[in-house]
Amino acid sequence: MDTAISRTSDDDLIQIVTPEGKRTEPSEYSRTVEDITIDKLRDLYEDLVVVRRIDAEATALQRQGELGLWAPLLGQEAAQVGSARALHADDFVFGSYREHGVAYCRGVDPTEMLRFWRGSTQSGWNPYEYNMTTPAIIVGAQALHATGYGLGMKFDGAEGAVITYFGDGATSQGDISEAFGFAASFGAPVVFFCQNNQWAISEPVTLQTHITIAERGRGFGVPSLRVDGNDVLAVLAATRTALARAREGSGPTLIEAVTYRMGPHTTSDDPTRYRPAALDDEWKQKDPIDRIERLLDAEGAMDAAFRARVKDRADHTAAELRRGCLGTVEPTAMSLFDNVYADPHPLIAEERDAYATYLAGFEGVQS
Amino acid sequence: MTATLAPTLPLGKALNAGLRRAMEDDPKVVLLGEDIGKLGGVFRITDGLQKDFGPNRVIDTPLAESGIIGTAVGLAFRGYRPVVEIQFDGFIYPAFDQIVSQVAKLHYRTGGNVKMPITIRVPYGGGIGAVEHHSESPEGYFAQTAGLRVVSCSNAADANVMLRQAIASDDPVLFFEPKRRYWQKGEVDVARPIDDAYPLHKARVVREGTDATIIAYGPLVVTALQAADVAAGEGRSIEVIDLRSLSPLDMDTIATSVRKTGRLVITHEAATFMGIGAEIAARVQDQCFYSLEAPVQRVGGFSTPYPAAKVEEFFLPDADRILDAVDRTFPA
Ligand SMILES: Cc1ncc(C[n+]2csc(CCOP(=O)(O)OP(=O)(O)O)c2C)c(N)n1
Repeated sequence: MDTAISRTSDDDLIQIVTPEGKRTEPSEYSRTVEDITIDKLRDLYEDLVVVRRIDAEATALQRQGELGLWAPLLGQEAAQVGSARALHADDFVFGSYREHGVAYCRGVDPTEMLRFWRGSTQSGWNPYEYNMTTPAIIVGAQALHATGYGLGMKFDGAEGAVITYFGDGATSQGDISEAFGFAASFGAPVVFFCQNNQWAISEPVTLQTHITIAERGRGFGVPSLRVDGNDVLAVLAATRTALARAREGSGPTLIEAVTYRMGPHTTSDDPTRYRPAALDDEWKQKDPIDRIERLLDAEGAMDAAFRARVKDRADHTAAELRRGCLGTVEPTAMSLFDNVYADPHPLIAEERDAYATYLAGFEGVQS
Repeated sequence: MTATLAPTLPLGKALNAGLRRAMEDDPKVVLLGEDIGKLGGVFRITDGLQKDFGPNRVIDTPLAESGIIGTAVGLAFRGYRPVVEIQFDGFIYPAFDQIVSQVAKLHYRTGGNVKMPITIRVPYGGGIGAVEHHSESPEGYFAQTAGLRVVSCSNAADANVMLRQAIASDDPVLFFEPKRRYWQKGEVDVARPIDDAYPLHKARVVREGTDATIIAYGPLVVTALQAADVAAGEGRSIEVIDLRSLSPLDMDTIATSVRKTGRLVITHEAATFMGIGAEIAARVQDQCFYSLEAPVQRVGGFSTPYPAAKVEEFFLPDADRILDAVDRTFPA
């Protein structure tokens, strides 16, 4: 069975900026981003560049032994920035493990993202401070959490909406199907955002599904959009549309953002074992940053001052992140026992005390 | 203070009263499960609650256990206190991942920032002549998971108050209900406050004795008491402990009893191999080694799948098997 051949065409993709940097014909979607002036487009471009730089710096830190692992997002910047910039502060994000670009847009300190991958903490940040969860490794589980949170928002009569991120591989998990079903039944204000980056480690999306992911959502009664995930404006437009639906009480929407993971799955992965180089070359032509650069250039907005501003911002962020990573104060042994339970638990107290006594026994031995 | 009326209620109705009270006391308490609304649950434990609290507080869910628990996680994220009903013990496994990977770990994973005050109610155990997957005792799986509290009630009064305590706890609680005892009556003070009540993690000595200790929980507490009655007729004074909490374990109550009696039998319906009894036996030999007059004995389920109803009486620990184990602690 040849699973590497896509059975779907991409004619249905929402697109506002072509890979050549040209605007497409005006559409119902492009009208939702009419407020994105050249100045605001330059901000989005800056986000894309900074996010790519965070990713590159973290990858370098992993290669230098400072991080145990990193899940790069190279190629997925537009999907993340475009969707995250559609959110309001009181919307809540249930991410998976690759959403560094989303976290950046939510204001999370990149150093906090790194410490998770360094193995220095499990938490990184307080979810309630940024209205965004910390990484979730079990693929698909968070889509249900988003649904429950959305249901709670609905009960509360809250203004906001929920967005949850997952990959194309995750759509094979029962939890994703269950989340679609629950959200549709309850009319939960949830946006399901699938970054279809074509690969689940070595498995192509065609092994997960023979129809589009968007069609899968429709099968559950969840209206679904397919968007060019490398087109930051199209992603912004689609996410705004879906969030507006959620906010007006029309229930969940699935967005399939068709994008491409240009690097390895994680820093432990070797994509040359399973991925034809020609495919990488093909997708390089659709790079999310290049196309906005072309558009800005055509609009006369890629001047030297702007280039310098973007470079400065990226350099500065990378330097801060490196300094923060290297300056990490590592947790103590006794922190193992913190926060297992909210209320005191005798077993934890017993094991903590016994281990503290054991460790204390070494003090005289040393020196 | 006026004494509150303590009506006699079946254990199942005591649970219903406990849920009602918890929902009245805290508007953030919401119930989720299959058939818990109009039907009131297959065992009627949620009977009448949807009628009185509405469909947003008593939520009939689609038939997906992982979906139910995962949705409860999101509600807890949002500040709700979900109480989930798993229809039968054997149907909790599709939700196992959400329970052990998410519910149990989110407080730890978020540095204590996100609380998971979820109560997962599970009608469990055998003895009702059910078909397969309806008589299981999965408590050991959950007791092994850090971050979860695991309790089981054995009588109507405890059922009422323990359920309210579980719902009030900021930690997730697996609440195992002995389904074959749902109809067993007892006095229940439904107005009793939970703050000064017997704490959720305490075991209770339900019968005092001096010659040997039997530890049981859930459905087997009644069985252990029957065994103690028979033993008394034979001149043996047996102490019976209702464990109530499987995680944490109340080792103080256990060790105090074993130091007094010198003999211990532990019984549960779950498999003996790698079970709760094994943990207790290990801890007792560690803490009470010099008080023990005989090796600790265990009486549990066999290492077989739960059998067909016509033979479950041979599988389930009964008073005779428990007494046989007591006898083994008195070498001839
Ligand atoms: C339940 C579960 N099974 C397996 C894994 C191991 N694993 C981690 S990521 C991954 C691939 C996920 O692919 P996809 O959902 O497409 O997301 P992507 O990593 O491409 O963003 C796998 C198999 C996991 N984390 N969780």
